[in-house]
Amino acid sequence: MPERISAAEVASVARLARLTLTDAELETFTTQLGDILEHASQMAALDLSGVEPMGHPYGLVNVMRDDVVAAVVDRDEVLGSAPAAEAGMFRVPPVLGEQP
Amino acid sequence: MIRSAVETAAAVRAGRLLAVDVVEQSLAAIAAGDGDLNAFNLVTADAARADARAIDEAVAAGRDPGPLAGVPIALKDNLCTRGIPTTCSSRILEGWLPPYDATVVTTLRAAGAISVGKTNLDEFAMGSSTENSAFGPTRNPHDHTRVPGGSSGGSAAAVGAGFVPLSLGSDTGGSIRQPASLCGVVGVKPSYGLVSRYGLVAFASSLDQIGPFAGSVADAALLLEVIAGHDPLDSTSIPDPVRPISTHLNDGVAGLRIGMVEEFMGDGIASDVRARVHAAAEALAAAGAEIGEASVPAAAYGLDAYYVIAPAEASSNLARYDAVRFGLRVDAATTPEMYDLTRTAGFGDEVKRRIMLGTYALSAGYYDAYYGTAQKVRSLIRRDFDLAYEKFDLLLSPASPTTAFAFGDKTSDPLTMYLNDVCTIPTNLAGHPAMSVPFGVGDDGLPIGVQLLGPMMSEPTMFRAAAVLEAGLEGSAGRAVAS
Repeated sequence: MPERISAAEVASVARLARLTLTDAELETFTTQLGDILEHASQMAALDLSGVEPMGHPYGLVNVMRDDVVAAVVDRDEVLGSAPAAEAGMFRVPPVLGEQP
Repeated sequence: MIRSAVETAAAVRAGRLLAVDVVEQSLAAIAAGDGDLNAFNLVTADAARADARAIDEAVAAGRDPGPLAGVPIALKDNLCTRGIPTTCSSRILEGWLPPYDATVVTTLRAAGAISVGKTNLDEFAMGSSTENSAFGPTRNPHDHTRVPGGSSGGSAAAVGAGFVPLSLGSDTGGSIRQPASLCGVVGVKPSYGLVSRYGLVAFASSLDQIGPFAGSVADAALLLEVIAGHDPLDSTSIPDPVRPISTHLNDGVAGLRIGMVEEFMGDGIASDVRARVHAAAEALAAAGAEIGEASVPAAAYGLDAYYVIAPAEASSNLARYDAVRFGLRVDAATTPEMYDLTRTAGFGDEVKRRIMLGTYALSAGYYDAYYGTAQKVRSLIRRDFDLAYEKFDLLLSPASPTTAFAFGDKTSDPLTMYLNDVCTIPTNLAGHPAMSVPFGVGDDGLPIGVQLLGPMMSEPTMFRAAAVLEAGLEGSAGRAVAS
């Protein structure tokens, strides 16, 4: 199993997950995630050679249906509950750099 | 005293009881008691009254409203209800009105059930005490200084307090069975795929399953029969026809082989809880079951595999809360800043912890060590259960290691809280059904549930054993009554 998770790794993971942590939170989460992962490392005691990974109770298969029009969720109802919408679309602030 | 769902539906269908009166009684009980308990995030009184009137009109017109006619039911607030707030007890879904109903919500309405509201939970169903709710914790109806368990604490407390005869919860690692045990009610985690997950806000999709809470085994069976069945909107839903449960409830357990799981009876389990499991084994033996010792060795690693797999799936499922399409938005100059500010403000600590844990377990360099290993351990757990079910028809164990604990007792250390689910988590990894059945009280006078477990789709057999336990308990002292 890998070495205990560091504060720098927790900060990096938080960035990936789009979360901002205060210094105090970073310290607490680093300890807690380290403890949880250390507990999980007990799995290393098992002999897993030749064991297939299990992702799902049944093993997922494609489920197909006939290509016919069915009831769909109403667009206006979806947009009506969105934080901001305009002209039939979700409105967001600029995605890249400066305001146009 | 609230009537059972079975009695209520029969009386309403026969025109001997008005649904409006049943609903009024339930709403009055909620109004009187939920200020203290906080089981509900939202009570939909007007809609419930309107639905009740429609049921009564149908009966008066000679139509049958269905097997749950006029029965009030509470819905965990992670089940989508069209046009009605669905919060997952999280700030991040603030202001969102789902544009569709979960399949179970549609099915319940078609069966004549009447939803009275949405119940509190640990945020996004992550927790074992309902203390992680953004709207404050729910209290245990048997002792207001204790937790109701979680994550479906509101649904368990609503039935335990007698507000409603039925409620729905969801169980990803024990979130129905553990609170059922702590609140003294029946709680069922069905076989994976038996109940459609369409419209259940996803936490860990390969583990999540919707299931019933009820005041009795017969009521739980009735509700499960209504919500079970194939749904084209859930690609993991089992296409097989649903096997009847209620008609076999009184078939007894004579000749059934039932194994006590040794891995779930160790030092981490309180002695009063172990004593009740032994008493349950005696009751089943007295009814003709053969009791033996079962072993599921890999289940000892269930917690470890679960706290890699469930956070990994959660980190992916919860990526959708980006302030673009629904819920909370914290305004910012750019969209990336909006993501950061919204997710940081909108998620609570436990959700953040699991998102980060999952992101880490899935990241390059650690994927094999954590996620890959956990998936192999999951295989072993399933294999060991399957081997046990070659020798036994059902397994027996505690549902929760202890009775209800005090608020704040386990909030400082996440691992301590996670240990609450040590007896329930392995079932979710395997995909099998299991249920908690009230079976007396502990040294502190609080309810204890015992867990029955079975192989895939064994619900009819599992419920027969549950009915025997319920009957055995009624014949003895020690049935907990909510204060």
